[in-house]
Amino acid sequence: METKELERVVIRFTGDSGDGMQLTGGEFAKAAAEAGNDISTFPDFPAEIRAPAGSLFGVSGFQLHFSSSEIYTPGDAPDVLVCMNPAALKTNLKDLVDGGTLIVNSGAFIEANLKKAGYTENPLEGTGLQKYKVHSVDINHLTNTALDGSELTTKEKGRAKNFFALGLVFWMYGRETEAEIRRIYAQFAKKPGYGEANVKVFKAGYHYGETAEVFQTVYKVPAATFAPGLYRNITGNEAIALGLVVGAELAGKKLFYSGYPITPASSILHSLAKYKNFGTLTFQAEDEIAAIGAAIGAAYGGAIAVTASSGPGIALKGEAIGLGVMTELPLVIINVQRGGPSTGLPTKTEQSDLAQAVYGRNGESPIPVIAAKSPGDTFYCAVEAVKIATRYMCPVMLLSDGYIANGSEPWPLPDIAAIPRFDITHRTDPDGYFVYQRDPETLAREWVIPGTPGLEHRIGGIEKDALTGNISYAPENHEKQTHVRQAKIDRIAQEFGELDLYGETSGDVLVIGWGGTFGSLRQATQVLQRQGKKVTHVHLRWLSPLEPKLASVIRNFKHVMCAELNLGQLRQMIRAQYLIDVVGLNKVQGLPFMVREVTAAVDNLLSNVKASS
Amino acid sequence: MSEAVKIKLSKKDLETDQDVRWCPGCGDYAILATVQRSLASLGIKRENTVFVSGIGCSSRFPYYMNTYGFHTIHGRAPTLASGLHITRPDLDVWVITGDGDGLSIGGNHMIHALRRNMDLKIILFNNQIYGLTKGQYSPTSAVGTRAPSTPTGSIDHPLNPISLVLGAGATFVARCADTDAKLLASILERAYHHKGAVLIEILQNCPVFNDGVWEGVKDDPKGRQIVLQDGKPLVFADGTKGIKLGAGLVPEIVDVVDGDTSQLVVHSEQGSPLYAHLLAGLVQPSFPMPMGVLYRTDKPTYEALANQQVTDAIAKQGKGDLGKLMSSGMVWEVCADGSRKDRS
Repeated sequence: METKELERVVIRFTGDSGDGMQLTGGEFAKAAAEAGNDISTFPDFPAEIRAPAGSLFGVSGFQLHFSSSEIYTPGDAPDVLVCMNPAALKTNLKDLVDGGTLIVNSGAFIEANLKKAGYTENPLEGTGLQKYKVHSVDINHLTNTALDGSELTTKEKGRAKNFFALGLVFWMYGRETEAEIRRIYAQFAKKPGYGEANVKVFKAGYHYGETAEVFQTVYKVPAATFAPGLYRNITGNEAIALGLVVGAELAGKKLFYSGYPITPASSILHSLAKYKNFGTLTFQAEDEIAAIGAAIGAAYGGAIAVTASSGPGIALKGEAIGLGVMTELPLVIINVQRGGPSTGLPTKTEQSDLAQAVYGRNGESPIPVIAAKSPGDTFYCAVEAVKIATRYMCPVMLLSDGYIANGSEPWPLPDIAAIPRFDITHRTDPDGYFVYQRDPETLAREWVIPGTPGLEHRIGGIEKDALTGNISYAPENHEKQTHVRQAKIDRIAQEFGELDLYGETSGDVLVIGWGGTFGSLRQATQVLQRQGKKVTHVHLRWLSPLEPKLASVIRNFKHVMCAELNLGQLRQMIRAQYLIDVVGLNKVQGLPFMVREVTAAVDNLLSNVKASS
Repeated sequence: MSEAVKIKLSKKDLETDQDVRWCPGCGDYAILATVQRSLASLGIKRENTVFVSGIGCSSRFPYYMNTYGFHTIHGRAPTLASGLHITRPDLDVWVITGDGDGLSIGGNHMIHALRRNMDLKIILFNNQIYGLTKGQYSPTSAVGTRAPSTPTGSIDHPLNPISLVLGAGATFVARCADTDAKLLASILERAYHHKGAVLIEILQNCPVFNDGVWEGVKDDPKGRQIVLQDGKPLVFADGTKGIKLGAGLVPEIVDVVDGDTSQLVVHSEQGSPLYAHLLAGLVQPSFPMPMGVLYRTDKPTYEALANQQVTDAIAKQGKGDLGKLMSSGMVWEVCADGSRKDRS
């Protein structure tokens, strides 16, 4: 048996949505993280919870990239593809690299399944798979055999087959099994029979690799070098929940979170509902509008108020966000973006709600918009959103996306004590109080809360006098208030740190991106720079107000390319702001950018540079 | 000591310096005056009182109350009031709404706030018309209402606000006419002390777009209203008539002969929901309308339960520790020499 060392591997587990592929992928990711690899994951599943078995649209996948060097993305194309049924093979084979390893559950390649997947003959028997290293394993049969004598029903036994696949890849990559066995027992603690069976099957998979002489090689991906410190794996929605708890704590306030179930934002509510001992109050509202209404009410009462949704829900919240703008109350609104419009692609990723975030309300209704670049970054964005909302007294939109929300990465634990506190105090002095008098530095009005004697006042969505807060329809007053609401948001730029610029401040191509495409764009830029190309990547953390420091570099490049998972929403904003030509790299397939798509687009621009010079 | 000392307030203390902008003759003036006078006499703390409203004529109400106030957006007042009161159960939160705001655009929030038994005092001004948008028919307008949007008469059936809120789970349900200051004051006082979801329907007159719509009830209070008294029979017309139940629980108007009320229905505020629904079904023109407290029951409020869960969690798990929270799950340490240690 040969052991081959690899720098990095991309593996994709695919099967029916009931086959447990998300669990299998998640467990293998944990093992990779445990072994010290840098990891990046991409769960890709259908919106249907249990689509008809064997159907093409019911295929669920989980891609994991693990490496001994730093990585930013879940990988362009799998080196190893695990297919639990014909439909999974049909929909995923095209992505497998030439010469890649294909592990198929041959037991599922029966006539009925082949037919559902649209195969007229069994692909395992033809010549179509010759360019891959094919391992055809009857996982169904081997799982059943491993559970011979078990009291589980045949159906229950069948459900354990994903653990056979997991055991097999554990063996292939030399992973420690002990921790995994502990995790399986823990996970099925309430159903010990299942735990026992799953461990049996997991071990059977592992031993099959060891004893069956079909695998000539085992692979080793050495540990990556990480900065010293404590780490954990985290998904975007887990990190965002932690960030909200910490943000409220740093503000010295109570956290109130209200939401209405929607994919892919719901799990933020699930996490926060478990943090009651932090004083966190969560509220599952009757609809999206009620969720934001309750949040605004809580903000009025002095809580750190947060609501989250995805695009369709944010559309419903639009009028209430305007109320937050008008009454100038602090509020964090999270949009975990998915493919749109309408119901669109609930479980897939897209960045097409940027314009909605920046402009999507009636009237001149500016709000700051911040976007997270990775699962772990959502934590810091959440803390920052809480800080800005309370300091500037305004709703803040935090953009995440389905890819960040469900994807995971190793995350250095933040040093909470090192994050500056921003304790909030409320005015109690009734003398000389006016509802809309403003802080000269931030232009924020004061956050006066009910319960304060002598400061009783009325606010509302109707236009108010710029000082007293009484109803005013005066033409000059409305103009003044409209300008000051915008000026206040513009001032938030004074809080921005350094421009996140990777590369020289001048050159041939400037790649501009935002949000969850960060990893692909940064890695692509790294690849291009290593080839000696004059390419720089700028990542925009804030989209509203637009980063003013961009002005200092944007004219120093022969080409500016804005890469987004939409049809060019940021590109339009930059063009309008700077009156320069910006080309777009745009993709709307519900999938993140591949690194090679970005490098190809930049190379194409560079060939134009050469041609014209 | 502070408990015992009642703050002396007058109606004037609850007025603001803002001009009241309702149309001359609007029923809202009477309601405002009664609310101000009642709350003053109850000795409320102005700073702990919040009026939240939606959109519509009635929803301008908070601007005229010298308490905290929030004039929100159309139909959504119960949602803001809920979020406010969940996080600030120390406050007294009143919601002002109308038949369009509370039963049409905000119907969903109305039923859910009541279902949860949110400790909110909701006052619904029912004038059977949209006033602020210039007179369209509303969800409580009678069939055949001629309005700018229904020039040949409305064709959809009105809903019965009392039936709706009883079905939704309100725990204190009352009805009153806008000008009946005495009855309204007594309802407000009892609503103020009720812990849970209050719904007071006020039959309010819009003199511009729907003048006199409640005249059948208000013109002849003795003949067209049953003023409910807990434990007393349902009588009206100076005690000469009453309500009894026939076969199939069909209510019938009967004469009271020689003061014999033994066959009449006896009002019980804490009666069964079935009884309360029966009262809700007594509507003009077939019946006199019951006024006063139709139904009440005691149930834990949402705010109390939500905050209790927090208290219980802290008691059980200890006060949240951010360090522990950050390092929950699978944690490992990368040491200076690059080696790794499991720290889970």
